Amino acid sequence: MSFSDALAGAGAKPAGKRPYFLEPQVERVLAITMSIAQELAVVRQRNDTLERLLLSKGVLTQGEIDAYVPDRGASAERQMWNQEFIARILRIVQQENEAVTTSHDVASGDVGEELARDG
Amino acid sequence: MRKAVISSSDTPSPAGETPVANDPSAGYEGPPDYRVIGRHAVFPQTSHDEIERINFLAQMNRHLAARVVPGVKAAFDTRVVPAFEAQHGRAMADRHEARRALLEDPAFQTWSALRRMTMEQRQQAGRWTALRQREQLNAVAHALTEGDQRLSLDPSLPIPRYVSAVDHHCMPGSYHSEYFPGDVVNGANYDHGGFVTTGGLLGKYSDGGGHAVVKWVRRNLPDFKPQKILEIGGTVGHSSLPLAQAFPEAEMTIVDLGAPVLRYGLARAKSLGVDNISFVQASGEDLSIYPDASFDWIQTTMFLHELSTKALRAIFAETRRLLKPGGIVLHVEQPQYAPDMPLFEQAMRDWDAFYNNEPFWSRMHEMDLDAEMVAAGFDADKLIHGGVTGVVDRELFPDAEEDDTEDYGRKAAWHVIGAVA
Repeated sequence: MSFSDALAGAGAKPAGKRPYFLEPQVERVLAITMSIAQELAVVRQRNDTLERLLLSKGVLTQGEIDAYVPDRGASAERQMWNQEFIARILRIVQQENEAVTTSHDVASGDVGEELARDG
Repeated sequence: MRKAVISSSDTPSPAGETPVANDPSAGYEGPPDYRVIGRHAVFPQTSHDEIERINFLAQMNRHLAARVVPGVKAAFDTRVVPAFEAQHGRAMADRHEARRALLEDPAFQTWSALRRMTMEQRQQAGRWTALRQREQLNAVAHALTEGDQRLSLDPSLPIPRYVSAVDHHCMPGSYHSEYFPGDVVNGANYDHGGFVTTGGLLGKYSDGGGHAVVKWVRRNLPDFKPQKILEIGGTVGHSSLPLAQAFPEAEMTIVDLGAPVLRYGLARAKSLGVDNISFVQASGEDLSIYPDASFDWIQTTMFLHELSTKALRAIFAETRRLLKPGGIVLHVEQPQYAPDMPLFEQAMRDWDAFYNNEPFWSRMHEMDLDAEMVAAGFDADKLIHGGVTGVVDRELFPDAEEDDTEDYGRKAAWHVIGAVA
């Protein structure tokens, strides 16, 4: 079976109409969020596996991760990663807030009609 | 003093050692790590991340049952019931009114949405694992079953509407769909992903239900020595293998509508060293391939709720015809809706009927099964009633008898209804 067929088959819809308990838009976003939560849990456990293997092989010692202090450069890189991460997740909040102060915003469809009228 | 932090240098406590007070593992309640599940030759390979996906989803189900459902109950008592009574000037009349009123409440909406999503995520996770290695699984199953007379398939068998209309448990393709000749994908998905729903309550080989039935029979019918055992709707044989193992001199037959689960089932049984079972593709409604009085024991396990009223009656009639004099039939199911069952519990138990594609669940659980058994020809004074809970290896798995989490329909504790022919 090809990779793309397996991907499509894994996510296939079961026979039977899907019930919605919330507004469909909200439920759709919640479903996507819960899938991300699942994948985050998987990554966290993989990280834990890695740490335990490194401990058992003596590459790390107990407490070394919690005691780790990044140097100035590493600290800045890590904090910048946090800022980038948050900004990426909260992109829609940023854009909706920008829209509040963008009084000249027009819809693309309206522009299309306007341009058509201009002939 | 042991450290409070779990680390790889902590070795598991030897059996019998008193747990250290500040050992976090001593207080752990919940599903075991999926890695303790039993594996056999046709069980799909699972990567680290695939295992953790299953662990996460099992914890999600436990979280929803243990931590979210109490909030739904509180919302029902403090918001839903008073609002209904204020609006209608009377108490709720039945579970359908209770469910419809709950549908308007945010606590029930959120719990329902999350429960449905967890089931959909479970299907995707399990199907991905099974589909990506379907050629290998097919090859293993083929090697184990080719030419074996104990697998009897009937590709012309019609799939009844109670199976084809909606896919049970949101399981795409259900038990019967084949994606290519010799396919076992839907058996493999059903087998290895079931842990998400049961959270280990069915034990190492998901066979705690079967062990519970054997325990019940040994205790209540100590002289019973079956030679021919039939399980109807036995799928991959989870619940049936313990019966065959407990009575090795008996010949067991599993019938099911689905070729993928039967093929997988024989391969699974053989690789687990259980050789006294045949897997036959047939409908329980018409078992005319077997003459009257063919079996000493006919079993169904969590099966009746997936039928239709007509099919249930036909199956009851077939069990009566097929039993030898003195033989027994046992059906293991969730409890019926009794008048004294609170409306909240009834509405919650109905969830699967309406939102998890188990359309007959609701109607089956309000039927008078005693009357149906009598209508099928069993003597009213020879009916059997009992209760069983999943029997598992307690060192690794939670014990259903001691687990007080109420999941309204998924706990490994069942009612037994049956009869002596």
